[in-house]
Amino acid sequence: MILKGRVFKFGDDIDTDAIIPARYLSTSDPFVLKKHCMEDIDSTFSSKVAPGDIIVAGKNFGCGSSREHAPIAIKAAGVSCVIASSFARIFFRNSFNMGLAIFESDELASQVREGDILEVEVATGVIKDLVTGKAFKARGIPQFMQELIADGGLIEHIKKRGRL
Amino acid sequence: MGMTIAEKILKSHTTAKEFKSGDIIKVDIDIALANDITAPIAIKAFRSCSQKGVFDLDRIVLVLDHFTPNKDIASAEQCKFVRDFAKEYHIGNFFDAGEAGVEHALLPEEGLTLPGDLIIGADSHTCTYGGLGAFATGVGSTDFAAAMLTGQAWLKVPESMKFIFKGKPGRWVGGKDLILYLIGDIGVDGALYKVLEIEGPAISALDLSNRLTMANMAIEAGAKAGIIAPDAVTDAYIKPRARRDYTMYKSDHDATYVSIKEYDCEVIEPQVAFPHLPENTRGISEVGEITLDQVVIGSCTNGRIEDLRVAASIMKGNKVAKGLRCIILPATPRVFKMAEAEGLIKIFLEAGSIIGPPTCGPCLGGHMGILAQGERALATTNRNFVGRMGHPKSEVYLSGPAIAAASAITGKISSPQEIIV
Repeated sequence: MILKGRVFKFGDDIDTDAIIPARYLSTSDPFVLKKHCMEDIDSTFSSKVAPGDIIVAGKNFGCGSSREHAPIAIKAAGVSCVIASSFARIFFRNSFNMGLAIFESDELASQVREGDILEVEVATGVIKDLVTGKAFKARGIPQFMQELIADGGLIEHIKKRGRL
Repeated sequence: MGMTIAEKILKSHTTAKEFKSGDIIKVDIDIALANDITAPIAIKAFRSCSQKGVFDLDRIVLVLDHFTPNKDIASAEQCKFVRDFAKEYHIGNFFDAGEAGVEHALLPEEGLTLPGDLIIGADSHTCTYGGLGAFATGVGSTDFAAAMLTGQAWLKVPESMKFIFKGKPGRWVGGKDLILYLIGDIGVDGALYKVLEIEGPAISALDLSNRLTMANMAIEAGAKAGIIAPDAVTDAYIKPRARRDYTMYKSDHDATYVSIKEYDCEVIEPQVAFPHLPENTRGISEVGEITLDQVVIGSCTNGRIEDLRVAASIMKGNKVAKGLRCIILPATPRVFKMAEAEGLIKIFLEAGSIIGPPTCGPCLGGHMGILAQGERALATTNRNFVGRMGHPKSEVYLSGPAIAAASAITGKISSPQEIIV
């Protein structure tokens, strides 16, 4: 699978309150949550983002709460994947469990620019910047987590295999 | 080769014969918990998958504590959704209405979380139970759903970092100050994916409440878990409450750590974390003039009876600064009752505080203490991200209960020494 989209850049330590503020957690409806995605950092994000677009961020993306509303909001906003220098651990596992593609690359996070167009080959983690021509390789993903992605998330994985 | 306490607990909960850090293992869960915000997503996933019951009725815990008492119709619907599920599936450990309290203060009180346990919770502050000597880690709703279905979770085996606290902490330095100091030192991703193992003479001298406070904020350094080895203090607290057998693990002397660091408590002042990250810490003497609109004392971090006693010792006979909103939320019904019986509630009320029900409420900007644009709060809670307690242009500072109580009286961030000489 190839993902392709425009880059929206964010800094370090983007927390889950920034991704989806707690004041909207009285629902888990993706259509409501997506309207408020990234609202407190960039109030225009949800109106600018288009299907396929890609979030690129610095270190510790998704730190803070365990709320799955965060990856839900990002996914519902149409974002095809998130690429960061590193992810906070609960956000990291939530993304795999829910089938949101995420990749880690220090090099990419520091070199791509807002508005660049990226092409991401999910299976290999090879990412090309179609504007600058640069290519990057994301960090490898453990076998079990590849299985989760292939099965479409943790619940589908359990349905398919009858176990964790 | 020696093992850390984290490795010993993982080993006793997996069928994997050997594992090393970075490996993904499947573990059996002792307790899995969720709250009114995270449970609904899990329940939908659970229902999509199974018509059967949950794997073990005694090991699932649901607490309605975040937007309760219901703050609006939507949150009332969410709570009802969880309540209906709990009833249908006969979940015994379901805490609602007058039995509910802030989950991570409530579960240790109830004897549900024990030393040596492997605990997952769809709430990031699940790491609190590390203060009892458990391996406890926050996960998402989907993990909680999977735990309800299978009794298991997948975990990446973490490396451990050791932190040794030596020396005697000052009079107004508690567990909150020590953990803020640590986070200020290593940063909000300083322990990313790792276990914080916290020990030393100063930790051995801490009561259980202050140990829970320290483990609670391990996540604010990015850690998977924060663990304090159980001892006689732990056992004295747990023994009368435990509903199951438990094991008190200790790390071996030759266990492997990625780093070992020592702190001298003699030089650690009461700490304040400035907006908008818990790592932005300063000693109280370096804070400067910061006026406040609101003080919040409560939460899973500092809403236990020991915290309220500290706050009351400073507020007794004093008045909250005119116009400042000092909101005190005992974390559980039991804490509330004890505070009442000990005369603490009277002290708070006479000082001009607002006493609220046990709820997570203002900590996450839910309700009962939301900040307007430009307002500034000092809270004994755990996060001070942008917009955490209300308007995106409001500010949250973090401290322990001593500084919070003193600041409520002076109207600006203050040392307790300004009140009690």
